[in-house]
Amino acid sequence: MDTAYLIETVIKIVVILLVFSALAGIGTYFERKVLAFMQRRLGPMNVGPYGLLQVAADGIKLFTKEDIIPANVVTRIFKIAPVITAATAFLAAAAIPFLPQFTLFGYTVHPIVADVNIGILYILGIMGVGLYGPLLGGMASANKFALLSAARAAAVFISYEVVTGLSILAPIMMVGSLSLIDFNNYQAGGIGDWIIWSQPVAFILFWIAAFAETGRTPFHLIANDHEIIDGFGTEYSGMRWGLFFIGEYANMFFISFVIPLLFLGGYGDGSFLGALALLGKMAFFFFFFLWTRAAWPDIRPDQLMWLCWKVLMPLAVINVVITGFVMMF
Amino acid sequence: MFEAIAFYLFAFLTIVMFYITVTTSQALHALTALAAGMILISAFFFILGADFLGAVQIIVYSGAVMALYAFGMMFFDTTRELKEKKGNNAIIVGLSIIAAVLVVVIFAAPMVSTNMAAHYPMVADAGNTQEVGIVLFTKYLVPFELAAVMLLVAMVAGIVLAGKKMDLSLTLMDEAEIQQIKDEQNKKVLS
Repeated sequence: MDTAYLIETVIKIVVILLVFSALAGIGTYFERKVLAFMQRRLGPMNVGPYGLLQVAADGIKLFTKEDIIPANVVTRIFKIAPVITAATAFLAAAAIPFLPQFTLFGYTVHPIVADVNIGILYILGIMGVGLYGPLLGGMASANKFALLSAARAAAVFISYEVVTGLSILAPIMMVGSLSLIDFNNYQAGGIGDWIIWSQPVAFILFWIAAFAETGRTPFHLIANDHEIIDGFGTEYSGMRWGLFFIGEYANMFFISFVIPLLFLGGYGDGSFLGALALLGKMAFFFFFFLWTRAAWPDIRPDQLMWLCWKVLMPLAVINVVITGFVMMF
Repeated sequence: MFEAIAFYLFAFLTIVMFYITVTTSQALHALTALAAGMILISAFFFILGADFLGAVQIIVYSGAVMALYAFGMMFFDTTRELKEKKGNNAIIVGLSIIAAVLVVVIFAAPMVSTNMAAHYPMVADAGNTQEVGIVLFTKYLVPFELAAVMLLVAMVAGIVLAGKKMDLSLTLMDEAEIQQIKDEQNKKVLS
């Protein structure tokens, strides 16, 4: 393990942390603007041109607000829960190749922190651990609404993980590897090689499960404002609440990277255009998260479990079996 | 050097976490420490280069402990400390030390006699996942299939236990039918 590798890794980690923390802030701005335009409003307009500085204002508010630890909460767990959400979101990013490798001043840079050969399993596992944040925050908060949201977090976790695992299994069988870079190289030939054409069912299932994974609107039942206030976030204030927020948005960005890498060709052959295409696909999937929030209602917890166990899981299993038969004969 | 640092760091953290799990009287602390300990164990797999097992350790145990949380939520007020009946401390400490020493001796004995050799050496050019698969579907096929049958039995038993009203689905019913069922239940309570 030479020094250059160490320095490179540390720089990559710092860059990813900074970029995606900033993007999480800007993501809230996008979300508010997109929602506003879809609902024929203007959204944030007052702070800076077109409300662009609203992000900074929110940041200042979150950082300077008093950090309240209410009475009767389990203090240690209450304090650590938001950190789990934020930390696991960024931990998952370690195995995502954000861009194709490029040469900078004669030094080849691989924009992936750890090229483990089980990348996709690692990402899904760590993202699953991220749901411990809402669960612990909800259970530690000595608040009925928070406890309800913790129970829902457990239910969501148990439901969607099966669907993600099984839906991703069929593409893994085709590629024969768990590394996201191998996935990308498998589809490097062009649009005709994308896995989405041979695995449309897996793609739709994974996409649906991604909504449950990030807790976005059709499955936003963990912190449903109109039912259980802010769920696990009810008792939180200031930057601890902000960490939940950063975790949620960072997760949205990372899953928006993972879906195109798995099904839509990723960065293709590794050219500059390919890198731009990956960013474009990522932007589309991020936008789609916001779009559904404006367009769709939320569903109940029992409906989510019904959907995951009785509809999506059998579909995923059938998909795996059919893929197996097609590959054998 | 990095390996040694990582090993001792994670070994220390894992032991601390499981110690908290055993000693604390706060259910939420115990469960959280258990989850943390289970996830920290995956670090040893990663250090040994068994990436697949490490990731599986994280996925399986984060899900399993999540189920424990659900039970904790149902049975306790997890924000309060439990009053535990404390037995004789000397017996507990003594027994756990003996048990720990026994486990170490059992696993260390073959190493001391230096006749350790890998039964199934690494296959050249096969990835981590493939190696697990090869061993699982050749040498350990029967235990693997037996485990699958056992899980199936457990699943059937669970469905039979929980499925007293499996023909009814609240999701598929409309509001009037649900109201009818509620009214019937209320009648039973009143009469």
